[in-house]
Amino acid sequence: MMVVIITLAIVAAFFGLLLGYSAIRFRIEGDPVVDQIDALLPQTQCGQCTYAGCRPYAEAIAKGEADINQCPPGGEAVIIALADLLDVEAKPLNAEHGEEKESKTVVYIDESTCIGCTLCIQACPVDAILGAAKHMHTVIESECTGCDLCIPPCPVDCIHVKAVTPTLKSWKWHRPEGGYAAPRAS
Amino acid sequence: MPHRGQADMSAIKKSNILKTGESTWSFHGGIKLPGHKDMSTKNPIGRVPSSDRYVIPLNQHMGAEGEVLVATGDNVLKGQMLAGPHGLISATVHSPVSGKVAEIAQHHFPHPSGLAGTCIVIENDHKDEWVKRNPIGDDYTNISSHKLRSIVRDAGIVGLGGATFPAAVKQTEVGIETLILNGVECEPYITCDDMLMRERADGIIKGAKIIAHIIKAEQCIIAIEDNKPEAIEAVTQAVSRDGSENITVQSVPTIYPSGGERQLIKIITGKEVPVNALPSDIHVLCHNVATSYAIYKAVFEDEPLISRIVTITGRGINSPQNLEVDIGTSIHDCIEYCGGYKNDARALIMGGPMMGLILNTDALPVIKATNCLLVSAGIDIRLPESEIHMPCIRCGKCVEVCPANLLPQQLYWFAADKDYDRAVDYNLFDCIECGCCAYVCPSQIPLVQYYRYAKSDIWEQERERKKSDIARQRHEDRLERLEKQKQEREARLKKKRDALAKNKNGRDKEMDKKKALIAEALARVNEKKSKQKTKAQNTENLTPEQQQKIKQADARRESMNNRENH
Repeated sequence: MMVVIITLAIVAAFFGLLLGYSAIRFRIEGDPVVDQIDALLPQTQCGQCTYAGCRPYAEAIAKGEADINQCPPGGEAVIIALADLLDVEAKPLNAEHGEEKESKTVVYIDESTCIGCTLCIQACPVDAILGAAKHMHTVIESECTGCDLCIPPCPVDCIHVKAVTPTLKSWKWHRPEGGYAAPRAS
Repeated sequence: MPHRGQADMSAIKKSNILKTGESTWSFHGGIKLPGHKDMSTKNPIGRVPSSDRYVIPLNQHMGAEGEVLVATGDNVLKGQMLAGPHGLISATVHSPVSGKVAEIAQHHFPHPSGLAGTCIVIENDHKDEWVKRNPIGDDYTNISSHKLRSIVRDAGIVGLGGATFPAAVKQTEVGIETLILNGVECEPYITCDDMLMRERADGIIKGAKIIAHIIKAEQCIIAIEDNKPEAIEAVTQAVSRDGSENITVQSVPTIYPSGGERQLIKIITGKEVPVNALPSDIHVLCHNVATSYAIYKAVFEDEPLISRIVTITGRGINSPQNLEVDIGTSIHDCIEYCGGYKNDARALIMGGPMMGLILNTDALPVIKATNCLLVSAGIDIRLPESEIHMPCIRCGKCVEVCPANLLPQQLYWFAADKDYDRAVDYNLFDCIECGCCAYVCPSQIPLVQYYRYAKSDIWEQERERKKSDIARQRHEDRLERLEKQKQEREARLKKKRDALAKNKNGRDKEMDKKKALIAEALARVNEKKSKQKTKAQNTENLTPEQQQKIKQADARRESMNNRENH
C-alpha cells in the first residue's frame, strides 16, 4: 500500500515539476489570439468601434468584452474572417458604429485654406500628415488609412474626403453579373 | 467560332475533346476549334500608311511602367527611346516615327481595366529620320550574352505572343538546353505569326540563333501547328538555307491551347513545368516566333520594337488582312485600311475569340500586345459579359478540357463564394485563362471571368494586408514616440523641480548676503547724509541784519525744498 502511494506521489511530483518547468520554459509572450484578431482588422485606427485603436479592440474581442461586428471599415469581410477565426456566427455590422463605406477613401488638405495649426497632425493615428506650426500641412496619401479623425479638429474645415480611384496597378476585374437565371419557360 | 447553341453541344461532345497525335507528347484536355484562319491569309502582309499622330502608352508590357526620357516639345527621331526601363521587369518604348513630342498625358489604350494610362503622343513630321544606328549583324557571335541581353532590353522587346513579358528577363544563360520557338498560334482567326513565318522565315531563324547564342542552348525546336503547311514549308526551307543542324521544325497537332507556354513544352519535351516553377527550371526557354524576329531586327538592323504584324480579321470586317503596323497607330486607321466595318459588325476584340479583350472603341492605339483585331458579326462570337448564365449542373466537361489539369467547377464555386483560401489550394493561380472550360460549359457560365475576378480580388486583399501592416507599424511607432516624448517631458520637469528644491537653501543664504550688503550700503549713505548736516561755520557775532538775511535764505531754501518735494 505504502509503496503504491509513494510511487504515485513520486510520479505526480515528477509530472508536476515537468509541467511547471514547461510553463516557464515554453511561455508564450503576449496573447496569440489577440495577434490573430489584430491581423484581420483593417488598421485604420479610427476608433469607430469605441476602442482606442485596432489593437485595443482586438484585446476586447479576445476578452469577450466586444462583439465582432463593430468595425465599419472592415465591414462584412472582416466580420466573416473574425467569425471564422473565433468559430462564432457571423452577424451584420452594428449600425451604431457606422456604415461600411462603398469605396475606400482618403483625405486631402485644401492647402490654400490651411492655417498650419497642427491640430490634424496630432489627431492622425498613423502620422500621415506632414507639416509644422504656421506652415502648410499636407496628407501623405499613400499612408492615409481613411479614418477621418483629422476632420473634426480642423478649425478652418480645410480637410476633405475623396474616394480612392483605381489605377492601372490597383484595378480589379468585376464579378460576373447574372448569377443563376431561372430556366426560361418555353 | 460558331455560336454555341443546343445544336453545337453534340459536336463538342464528339470532336472537340481530342487526344493529340502519336508523333508528339500530349497535354491534358484542350479543344478543337474551327480555325477561320484562311480568311486573313489570302493577301500578303500590308503596311498601314503613316499617320500624323502616334499615341505610345508606357504600360504596354507586363511589369513596371517605363521612365519617361523626353519632354513635351522635344524633337524625336524614329527609333529614339522615349521611356527607359524602370526596375527589372520593365520595358522601353521607342518613337515609331520622327517628329515632335506633342504631349505626355493620360490617354486610354487597350487595357482590361478600361482606365487611362500615361502615354507619349508623337506628332509625325513625315521626314522618317532615323536615330543613328549601329547594327551588329553576323558579328553577334563575338558578343557576350550580357551585352546582347541589354540590346534586347533596350530595343523594348517583349513577348509578342500576347503575354508581353519583357524578353530579356527570360533569357537566362544558366542551364538552358532547349529553345522552343512558338509558332503554334492556336487561337482561331489569328494569323499574324503564320504570315510572318511564310514571308520572313529567314529573320526568324537568325533571331533563333541569336537567342540560342545568348542562352547557350544546344538545340532549337520551332513548333508550328499542322494547320499551317505553308508556314512549315517556309520555315523548313529557311532552316535548310541556313544550314544549322541543331534547329528542327516540328509540327504539332492542331488543338487549342497548344500554344500555351506550358502546354507546348509538354507537347515538345514530354516534361511538365512544375507548379510554382518556371520553364527554365526544366532547362527550356520558350519564345514566340515574332519575338525572335524582333530580336533579329534589333541585332541585325538596330531597329527597336516599333512595329508589329497585326491580323485584322473577322466576319465584321470588309477585307481581312495582316498588316505591319507601327506601335501607336490608331486602331481605327487599321480598320479603315482593311475596308472598314461591315453593316452587321458587332464587337471589336483585341486578340482572339477565346482570350481576347473586348474594346469599347477603336480610338485606341495599337500596342505591342495587339496581335489581332477581330471584328465579330452577328452572333458568331459569344461575348461573355452580356449573358446571364445557368446554374452549374456538375457535368464535369470543364474538368475534361482543362489544359492545366485543374478542377474548374470547384474553382468556380470557391470563386463565387469568395472562399479564396480553398481556391488557392486548388491551384487557381495555375489557370492560364484559356477559356476552354467556359467554351464547353453547357450552362454558359463565364468561368474565366470568375477566375479573373477571384485572382484580382486575392491580389487586392494581399495589397490591403500589406498596407494595413504598414498602418499598424506606423500606429505603433507613433504610440511609442508619444510615450517617449511624454516620459522625456516628465523627466525634464522633474529635473527642473529637483534643481529648484536643491537651490532653495543656497539661494536664501545668497539673498541674506545681498540684503546685508544693501543694509550696509544704506547705513553708509545715512551716515554720509548725517555728516553733511553739520552746522554752518563762522556764524557767531553776526549782525541782526546778517541774521535776518540768513533766515530769509533758509526760508527760501526751505520753500524751494518744499516745492521740490511737492
